[in-house]
Amino acid sequence: MSARTDPAGSSKSWPLADRAMLALCWAAGLLLVAIAAGIVLYMAAKGVQYLRPSLIFSHPVADLDQSKSGGFLDPILGTALIVLGAIGIAAPLGVATAVWLTEYGRPAWLARAVESGVEVLAGTPSIVLALFGLTFFAQQGLGFLSTTGASGAVFGRSLFICCVVLSLEALPLVVGATREGLLATPRHVREASYALGKTRAATIHRVLLPVARPNIATGCALGMGRIAGDTAVVLLLGGGALTLEANGGIPLLGTLKGTGSTLTTYVYANSPSGEGNAPEKAYAAAFLLLLVVLVLNWVVDRIARGSEQLGWIR
Amino acid sequence: MASAATDFSRAVPRLWSDRLVGPALGAAGVLVLLVIAGMAVYVFKTAWPSFHANGLAWFGSGEDANAALQKIFDSKGPHYVYTLRAWPLLYGTVLSSGAAVALGLVLSIFAAVFIVEFAPPSITRVLEPVVRLLAGVPSVIYGLLGILVMVPFVGDHLISTERKESVLYVVQLTGASLLVATLLLTIMIVPIMIAISVDALRSVPSSWTEGALALGANRWRVIWTISVRASRPAIVAGAVLALARALGEAIMLAMVSGGVIFAPNPLDGLTFIYEPLQPLAAAIVQGAEGFTVKPYGATLFAFAAVIMVSSVFLSFTGWAVRRRLRRFGVQA
Repeated sequence: MSARTDPAGSSKSWPLADRAMLALCWAAGLLLVAIAAGIVLYMAAKGVQYLRPSLIFSHPVADLDQSKSGGFLDPILGTALIVLGAIGIAAPLGVATAVWLTEYGRPAWLARAVESGVEVLAGTPSIVLALFGLTFFAQQGLGFLSTTGASGAVFGRSLFICCVVLSLEALPLVVGATREGLLATPRHVREASYALGKTRAATIHRVLLPVARPNIATGCALGMGRIAGDTAVVLLLGGGALTLEANGGIPLLGTLKGTGSTLTTYVYANSPSGEGNAPEKAYAAAFLLLLVVLVLNWVVDRIARGSEQLGWIR
Repeated sequence: MASAATDFSRAVPRLWSDRLVGPALGAAGVLVLLVIAGMAVYVFKTAWPSFHANGLAWFGSGEDANAALQKIFDSKGPHYVYTLRAWPLLYGTVLSSGAAVALGLVLSIFAAVFIVEFAPPSITRVLEPVVRLLAGVPSVIYGLLGILVMVPFVGDHLISTERKESVLYVVQLTGASLLVATLLLTIMIVPIMIAISVDALRSVPSSWTEGALALGANRWRVIWTISVRASRPAIVAGAVLALARALGEAIMLAMVSGGVIFAPNPLDGLTFIYEPLQPLAAAIVQGAEGFTVKPYGATLFAFAAVIMVSSVFLSFTGWAVRRRLRRFGVQA
């Protein structure tokens, strides 16, 4: 980083092989910019072409004709519900785990086991989590969480189950970011708090968590991005319906117990791989999804400004 | 750090509420651990019938995997059929992820060197958000671009009619191919490799590079022979983590893989890269609707178990390498 000025002379005097490698470096960098610009501009062009306000405010309708198949109000609401629900589970659990790991960590073998467990979770692909959720929640005793058939068969598919499984996917990100913040807090901060007569619990609550707040926020924003972008889990566990089908009369609980879709599964269902095959709708929804991801990206950028720039891609 | 702080905290008289905090937070950690352990056990327990019925031949090659899966799906109890030779799926997984990591390794090293050493500050300011963006784009969007843009392009313009006819009796070439899958997978995994390489290159002590510069080496030689060589372990760690990510990628590959299980044959020459393939993760997505059929569900869980073991093993390897590096003061 320091060698911006070139003590070894201009690259014009380099051997040909070295100059070729320099050209390759430029090519690699510019290729990445070109790919990203290509993706964003292509999606933006398609989005402007197909995204209409009416699409955002109308419900999806099952129809083979693209002009009659409605909009994607339900997938938007479903995305919001699932992102909030899953991060609502992952954030408290993740912060508690991270605080315990860094501040207590006794017995040591248990702490090491939990640490490796979180690492296992980070390495588990979402399709494995989805398949696990699908059969695990289809057991008889867990029927109260999901949709059930007429004869008492448990399908194990509901938005609530999506939230639970997706929270597992966001958990390692929250734990990692929170731990990083706590480990970066110098020891004398804790000691000062103890010297003032604060208990350990009060120190964690009043001193350490506020200090680590930007890190916790980064972890949550990253987790939300991961959840909003996940397709496999909602595809398998969301029940396959494009509209939000409430299950039971209570407003929010009924929706959580019922089936639904998110923007990602809407895109999948309307792509040639799904049943809908309505590319225009898929492009419009995908553009909206890309905007959500860009906004979350920007939020992370704002929070993490000044700290290391690429360090969070994990 | 935490242990040293503990001594001071002992000086403060502890209330019962304070004593409860530790166990309560620990309970959260234990809950996470129990969920993960339970999940691993559950996946293996459900997958066991498929492995048990086939033995090691499960990993071998043999009969047509499409037909075998259909037979498993149609079988009725109590005479369930489990016979499967999953080699084409394993081969598809290894081939697509391996090719993507190989391509990604070259791209990421050059890009990381560019970001750290050669890019003017104005370009670095653009490149870093670009890498983050590429990491953040959901896989379904990559899949959508793949199936609506790249697959038709490859199918219509790159594959000639003669080439399609030459393998007509073996497989249909539609454009859903190894080429498209590998290219998209490379774009998806390259950000994590760049991030780790950049961190490592930046943490090479400046005295090393300055020493080499003082000896008269030019900037390319310095970064290639000193910085890149010193951060080789980090580059390997990045490649291993990226491989784990690639093995588990399901949705994008399910969208561009064309829905037929086929093992591309390198002996076909250039046709090889245009042949379709189906990795394990994509096969789970394609078959997920049939999980209620008991033997089919067990087969899907067997796929999941293989992916889980290999990607968790790889993540652990990457994590361990990076931890070792951190001990030596290299921020990777």
